[in-house]
Amino acid sequence: MAHFDENARPFSHKWMNERLAVDTLKRVLSTEYWIPKNINFLWAMGMLLAATFGLLLVSGIFLLMYYQPNTQLAFDSVNYTIMSEVGYGWLWRHIHGVGASVVFLIIYIHMFTGIYYGSYKKGRELIWLSGMLLFVLFSAEAFSGYMLPWGQMSYWAGMVITNLFSGGGLHLNGLVEWIRGDYVPGQAFLNRFFMLHVLLVPLAIIGVIVLHFGTLRIPHVNNQDGEEIDFEEAAELYKAGKVKKSKVIPFNPVFLSKDIFVMGVYFTLFFYLVFYHFEFAMDPVNFDPANPLKTPTHIYPEWYFLWSYEVLRPFPTNPGLIAFGFAQVIFFFLPFLDRSPNVAPANRRGLFKFWFWALLIDMIVLTFMGKLPPVGIWSTIGLIAAVTFIGLWIALPIITSKEKKL
Amino acid sequence: MKELKILGVVTVFTLILYWGVEPFAHSQMHKHVEGNNFKYADLSPLKAHGDVAKGKTLVTTTCVACHSIESQGIKAPMDAVTSAQTYGVNPPDLSNVGALLDEKFLAHFLMDPAKVTKSKHFAMPPSASSEQDAADIAAYLKSIAPKELKPKEAFVMACGRCHANRYGKWTQIGDVPETKSNIKTGVDLAALDFKKKVGTYQNKLADYMGKLPPDLSIIIRARSEHFLKTFVEDPQSQLPGTAMPRVGLTKEGFEKVKAYLEETGDPSKPLREETGSKVLFFFVVFTFLALLWKKSVWKGHH
Amino acid sequence: MADKTKGRRDFMGMALGGFTALGGIGALYAMKRTWDPLPSVKAAGFTTLDMKAYKENELVVEKWRGKPIFVLKQSADTVAKLAKEKPDDLKRLIKIGDAHYTVCVGLCTHLGCIPGYRPETKNFLCACHGGQYDVTAQVTKAPPPRGLDIPPFKIDGDKLVLGEEGPEYKKMLKDGITMPV
Repeated sequence: MAHFDENARPFSHKWMNERLAVDTLKRVLSTEYWIPKNINFLWAMGMLLAATFGLLLVSGIFLLMYYQPNTQLAFDSVNYTIMSEVGYGWLWRHIHGVGASVVFLIIYIHMFTGIYYGSYKKGRELIWLSGMLLFVLFSAEAFSGYMLPWGQMSYWAGMVITNLFSGGGLHLNGLVEWIRGDYVPGQAFLNRFFMLHVLLVPLAIIGVIVLHFGTLRIPHVNNQDGEEIDFEEAAELYKAGKVKKSKVIPFNPVFLSKDIFVMGVYFTLFFYLVFYHFEFAMDPVNFDPANPLKTPTHIYPEWYFLWSYEVLRPFPTNPGLIAFGFAQVIFFFLPFLDRSPNVAPANRRGLFKFWFWALLIDMIVLTFMGKLPPVGIWSTIGLIAAVTFIGLWIALPIITSKEKKL
Repeated sequence: MKELKILGVVTVFTLILYWGVEPFAHSQMHKHVEGNNFKYADLSPLKAHGDVAKGKTLVTTTCVACHSIESQGIKAPMDAVTSAQTYGVNPPDLSNVGALLDEKFLAHFLMDPAKVTKSKHFAMPPSASSEQDAADIAAYLKSIAPKELKPKEAFVMACGRCHANRYGKWTQIGDVPETKSNIKTGVDLAALDFKKKVGTYQNKLADYMGKLPPDLSIIIRARSEHFLKTFVEDPQSQLPGTAMPRVGLTKEGFEKVKAYLEETGDPSKPLREETGSKVLFFFVVFTFLALLWKKSVWKGHH
Repeated sequence: MADKTKGRRDFMGMALGGFTALGGIGALYAMKRTWDPLPSVKAAGFTTLDMKAYKENELVVEKWRGKPIFVLKQSADTVAKLAKEKPDDLKRLIKIGDAHYTVCVGLCTHLGCIPGYRPETKNFLCACHGGQYDVTAQVTKAPPPRGLDIPPFKIDGDKLVLGEEGPEYKKMLKDGITMPV
């Protein structure tokens, strides 16, 4: 049994410390949680993601107060009740819709930062893997949320994406019906995706966010040069007052002050989109109520799914599904496919430099083609880009194993 | 500075991405239709000068066989549902026609409705035997029209007999009445009766038009403004083969209808824009303060 | 020197924190508005009763804003008896034409149960905690602190509009006969 001072005033510093170790917590989690000094604003993306997730959570709570998960009522509960009756209901919906889109932009920037600086290499594999797990969970969250307004895009996205589970030539129609709870996306489907969206997936996300933070603890955050820092030595130097010479800074307040500035810039842009430029995140087609007897002229996923959708689309059904499956999982294997031990920015890494930019550009091309109608030159470009995508990943172990050690 | 260079790279890629999935993709998906600003250039200018008095005689002897003119105390010969059962759609009340429709369009329409509306789905037969008669009728309808219409009146006149607007409580046969359910059973017979009437009307209308014209509650967010404008001006230009007739709104008439669609489909717009400027101001100041804080915290670190 | 830096740092940190709190208040206002009853709920807060339809000494339950409303038309005998024995309670009745009515929210002022009417004794009994009310719904036995509340009403010919405040209702409020609902 620990020692408790009988004279400590309830809730005084000492009293709290004895019961909750607040000083230790503060030290370990903030004032002596060391971050390399040699970083740039891209290192703030994690905090931006946490903040955006917070916004999604808060806005989601208020939407949940009025949303009706019923195929007859869902559309009007969103577009009438929330948008025009509830005080500031439109604000929560716009924050939620824009946030869901922008969060993926930041996720992609965060991912490509990691790839560029080699932040997934030896010792940091779990950071990468837990991050990829979060990407998958966010995708599930985005997709299930997209069903809820029960507009034309909700319905037909639900139809098309659940049909992927038939496995093409395997004809697993029973599985598709099991996922939907119905022959078509209907009441059972809406209810279960509602549950996934507001409970199960967010719970999993919160759990994996904690894991993601945990994986950072021992290998520490990477830096702009991939330099291996002796954190203990650097921390001693910092604590001794030699802040200029030390290679590290404490999370609070030094790293945080920079994060918050970046966050300010980000929120200014974010809320500009929320109030004045939201159409990109709230597709007009979804303002038509779901109609099971009419497919919209153009259907396409939200922009953040387009690249993987385009890896599926140019091929016949079965190879397409295999390519699609490949695209879904291949990023998980990055730490093991990159055979070079070098932890350095891509531009110092020989062929990997070209690989990095080629992958980025190829994925942007795939994204463009994924939205365009699959006709004529667009489908040819789409096919080339999809093959290039697969080729790049096959080439990765080869070019990295030949890379010179730095 | 290195950070600015990185920011530049991130920004450029983000903007390219945005351009590709939004403006570029949409320009490829939807054909661009150039509007004609509600000029109806395909219809020849009227040579005849309309005479209001003669027009009145023509209207009160012919038009009122099917149409009501409430503002002149002329009642409809049939209720909306019976009209739909007879013609497929309820003929409009003529009180406000002159305030919304282009006079030239109206005159040509009276001579050859099917051609001018570019729709086969039009119950009205040619109703003026000469350009002079047509001009007279148009002039009379213009003379009795109110100067200023409320947005809802404009919507009801121009769209309301084919399109419902449930967020505006409008059905094709009129406003949804306020009714009360029986306290003991919870049954609201008056509401059920009304529903049945609307249903009968809608079934007839759907048979007549080929499908039920969509509810327009939030069409303002489902279609771009440019689409709505060019579509209303000439439906065939955007959806070849559509049953929707060209209705001949003037530019001002369209603006009135649009105002109503915004009222029902995007009522939070004024508050949104007002709140937006405040929130943005807040974050600009926040960012500035955060920069000062960051500078003070980082002093001595480099 | 070091202290001076620290002072400036704290000042900027506090300035930023204070300004953020200001934004937080704005956000809280939006959240509060989101919890407000919807306009459609408020607009539905009116009920019109046709007072001719009620029979003497027969309790009818109506609904107003989701709450039960007791309507009891009094016989001339009851009114005469009240005038003699309980003139104060008589003020609780609403007079329309020559008839007197008990109109009140049928929720016990103790904890909100619905009291039952007993025609044989002409009084109300709340089964939850034994509260009793007389024929005008004035309390006669604790625990209820006061008689059943009278909803805001406006007399419109021989109709009664619940939810609107007419002069008779305002007078009742002023005289302390009932409390705002």
